[in-house]
Amino acid sequence: MPLDANTPDLRTEFKSVGTRPNRPDGVDKVTGRARFGADFALPGQLTGLILRSPHAHAKIKSIDTSAAEALPGVKAVITYKDIPEQEGCDKDVLVNIMARGTALYDGHAVAAVAAVDASVARKALKLIKVDYKVLKHVTDVDEAMKPDAPVLHPGRFEPVDFSTLENAAHVSGKEERKTATRAHSNIAGRYVFGHGDPDKGFKQADIIVEHEFKTEATHQGYIEPHACTASVSSDGMAELWVCTQGPFMVRDVCASLLGMDVSRLRVTPSEIGGGFGGKTTVFIEPVALALSRKAGKPVKVVMSRSEVFRATGPTSSASMWVKIGAKKDGTFVAADAVLKYQGGAFPGSPVEMGAMCAFACYDLKNVRIVGYDVVTNRPKQAAYRAPGAPMSAFAVEGVIGEIADKLGIDAIDIRLKNAAKEGTVSSYGPTFGPVGLVETLEAAKAHKNYKVKLGKNQGRGVASGFWFNFAGNTCVSINLNVDGTLALALGTVDIGGSRASMCLMAAEELGISYEDVRAIIADTSSLGYNDISEGSRVTFSSGLATIKAVRDLKVKMCGRAAKIWGIPEDAVKWENGAAHPAGSNAGNFPPLSIKEIAAQASATGGPLAGHYEINAEGAGPSFATHVCDVEVDPDTGAMKVLRYLVVQDAGKAIHPSYVEGQFQGGAVQGIGWVLNEEYFYGKDGTLQNAGFLDYRIPVCSDVPMIDTVIVEVPNPGHPYGVRGVGETSIVPPLACVANAVSDAIGVRARTLPMSPPKVLAALEGVAASKA
Amino acid sequence: MLKVKLGGTLVNKAGGRTEFEVEGANIMQMLRNLGRTCPELEPMLQKGVSVAVDGQIYRDAMLQPLGPENEIILLPRMAGG
Amino acid sequence: MSAVHVSTNINGDDVEFVCRPDESLLDVLRDRLGMTGSKEGCGTGDCGACSVELDGRLVCSCLVMGAEVGGHKIETIEGMAQGDKLHPLQQKFLEHAALQCGICTPGFLVAARNLLERNNDPTETEVRYWLAGNLCRCTGYDKIVRAVLDTAKDMRKAAAKSSAKKASAKKPAAKKKAAPKKTAKKGARHAA
Ligand code: FES
Ligand code: FES
Repeated sequence: MPLDANTPDLRTEFKSVGTRPNRPDGVDKVTGRARFGADFALPGQLTGLILRSPHAHAKIKSIDTSAAEALPGVKAVITYKDIPEQEGCDKDVLVNIMARGTALYDGHAVAAVAAVDASVARKALKLIKVDYKVLKHVTDVDEAMKPDAPVLHPGRFEPVDFSTLENAAHVSGKEERKTATRAHSNIAGRYVFGHGDPDKGFKQADIIVEHEFKTEATHQGYIEPHACTASVSSDGMAELWVCTQGPFMVRDVCASLLGMDVSRLRVTPSEIGGGFGGKTTVFIEPVALALSRKAGKPVKVVMSRSEVFRATGPTSSASMWVKIGAKKDGTFVAADAVLKYQGGAFPGSPVEMGAMCAFACYDLKNVRIVGYDVVTNRPKQAAYRAPGAPMSAFAVEGVIGEIADKLGIDAIDIRLKNAAKEGTVSSYGPTFGPVGLVETLEAAKAHKNYKVKLGKNQGRGVASGFWFNFAGNTCVSINLNVDGTLALALGTVDIGGSRASMCLMAAEELGISYEDVRAIIADTSSLGYNDISEGSRVTFSSGLATIKAVRDLKVKMCGRAAKIWGIPEDAVKWENGAAHPAGSNAGNFPPLSIKEIAAQASATGGPLAGHYEINAEGAGPSFATHVCDVEVDPDTGAMKVLRYLVVQDAGKAIHPSYVEGQFQGGAVQGIGWVLNEEYFYGKDGTLQNAGFLDYRIPVCSDVPMIDTVIVEVPNPGHPYGVRGVGETSIVPPLACVANAVSDAIGVRARTLPMSPPKVLAALEGVAASKA
Repeated sequence: MLKVKLGGTLVNKAGGRTEFEVEGANIMQMLRNLGRTCPELEPMLQKGVSVAVDGQIYRDAMLQPLGPENEIILLPRMAGG
Repeated sequence: MSAVHVSTNINGDDVEFVCRPDESLLDVLRDRLGMTGSKEGCGTGDCGACSVELDGRLVCSCLVMGAEVGGHKIETIEGMAQGDKLHPLQQKFLEHAALQCGICTPGFLVAARNLLERNNDPTETEVRYWLAGNLCRCTGYDKIVRAVLDTAKDMRKAAAKSSAKKASAKKPAAKKKAAPKKTAKKGARHAA
């Protein structure tokens, strides 16, 4: 057991958990009262704006800020010189927040100003003179791996000799193979996973399918742009209000970049208008602090939408090759893959995780995955919901769909035949504990959507997906108020209704009503360190810590009851919101309710509070299976999603509405990824579609209702069986929709997005080959 | 003795070796001893790794007890969205 | 640029403010009047987070100039609840969990109310097309659409009841006025 020894057996009977009450922060959010990142204002605050490189790759020869500084109303102008490199800071993050000598992508920050208002700040930006020497750039992952590609970080990455490596042909294209021994210095890392011997395995195959796939970068697309307000006083004390997934991370990273003591910086998280991984790092926060430090006044920095697209992290674009061999009966005998992900201008694309997830749904005896992390002249990628997994699943599930078609096996049956189960050695190494893939496949097969008859130009697709789920550092306090209600302080920001889930768990554990618990998100000075809200960890980890904090409080409350009754502490038990004598020989006392204990708290030893601090582990993976029906218009290539079904293992759904919401939201993001969304770069390496008009995320009329089935295979690592649910839902849709399109019109899309012109071109190709 | 398997990139760093036997009663001791046995791994261990124990992934829990019966696999450090 | 003085009416209150000619109505609401319920997701008319009503018409306040609104009537999210009584749409959004992060919610509520004031019996398709100018990245729209349809149903029921009552008393008018015009009882607002 990953938890401490006193974790009782899994709880299976619930009163509050599993119900759907209104969320505690709900009224604030429907009335416009909730304060998001840009909704803070401090007296005397200045407006901060950032000057960004118009070039994809350029040497910065000089920056002249004198004219901007002389403009009336300008209070501070900064460049990288105002953020000197501190020992031990993360150099890549430092360079990313403000270019140092070289602009590495279109939108890279170069300088910043703080002025009395936005119009003065805008004028000041225009007065900053930057002398650029434009360099050759590269934005495509395959191009960046070629021997003659412009190198982003000369001398940083060792050359890779492909000729000695597995699957060299699929690394840099067949032609490049010959010349591949030259230095490829944009390759930041190479990763290998797998077991068995794929080469031998393929010899047993009756059918082998292999293809190359490409996906374009997509942005998390949170509707709230990054925003923060920084206030640094002359004694070095600083405060920061910010929308982020990780206020403690922001505090620690900013302190390290700016050479401050952590204790001097207090970060208060605002409500957060979406993150999906994109708000797990810093961009404007250190800049705002540096501006405020220089100006001696509070500075508010809010990104525009185009800055969000150009300069914050989208996910990687990917170029992949996947090969799977199967027996006639559908049993997979071997699998092989090469994944190349570009992560923008710095190392750290999620290719490792993409590689680990690629085949994780299947029980494979012979499997190999090679991943390459590549740098290009694009913004530094940031995590995006199950980082790395959707792309590799797109390729793998696409190949599986084709194998099923060729063998004439039902798409769900072939997955059931090969599904990972408890005891399966996963493709990334560890052996699975209890997992729910089979259950999701069976539930999908039994669902009414799977039986709907399809019409002309309509098709059905199936795909499965996997995500690890994380846990991590978590710290929770729960305070008993004088009237017996409770204040629950959490350190993980609430992105999608997690406060409601925490209150439900606290109420469940105490046996009281949900309305009696109020959850708040604490600032970084009020609670111990909490990891970022990421990796589907919040409901699991903060939930676990909430339950444990409540248990701590229960022990203390039982202690008070014992004192009041004059019996030993262990003769008191907690039940239905009250302390009871544990048995008949403990004494015959009427139960003491939580309200009564609270009322007497100060007379019996002082305030009562429960705490729990843990580095939680044991989050338990979550699998999903999606089924989608589409209709394609053969004249235009346009596509309509007719039905969409998400079936996913949640372990235990604490607040089912928000679990469904995660499933639906992830699925629609995935649908956007397949159909429309892409980073589109011009010849000059600048982003051509930095706005919601041209970067088109799905709108209401693009999608149908998203049907959901919550499967509950309890996670033994959590007292209520919770698994994270936020990420897996974006893994299957790419392949799911692509498989449906192929079923509808016989065109297999291997390059995303499958925009209408591409589908049309493919259709015409099919027609031409028939003619 | 603990049996520790390496996953992913770690294999390259360890000169192709995929399995080690080291002493240790918990993750911290195991990592320390592994670093001594195979100094090439040290930089990666310093950067941080995840450890899968019987299928559960641990990112930081250095005091998680380990025994010879456990399946222990070192993986690259992971992050989420 | 010299500032412009504007007198207008917001959520039933007469409001005066001073702004620069280059400021949008959204800038004025948020930065000058402290009404931060309307959100800026894009500033270019593509996301709907800034939706308000201008003389009963649904508009993106980021595309309207602050200086233009003199003499007009503006309705924002802040005017939707009546005192401590939520508008039925607000209530349904809560019950249906039609918000996750909630940044898009004010825009959706304003847009949905505008729809239901015109048509209290929309089809799912009509709802989806009406709301196509509002982006939500969290929910996949499912629960939002359900909340709007459910509100419409309740409003029809209420309208049927009240018109039945009125019919027995007098004439069968006032069909779609389930959400009557606001009575002004908001706190004072000052131009910054
Ligand atoms: S902010 Fe006005 S439409 Fe996006
Ligand atoms: S709830 Fe987050 S954007 Fe709609």
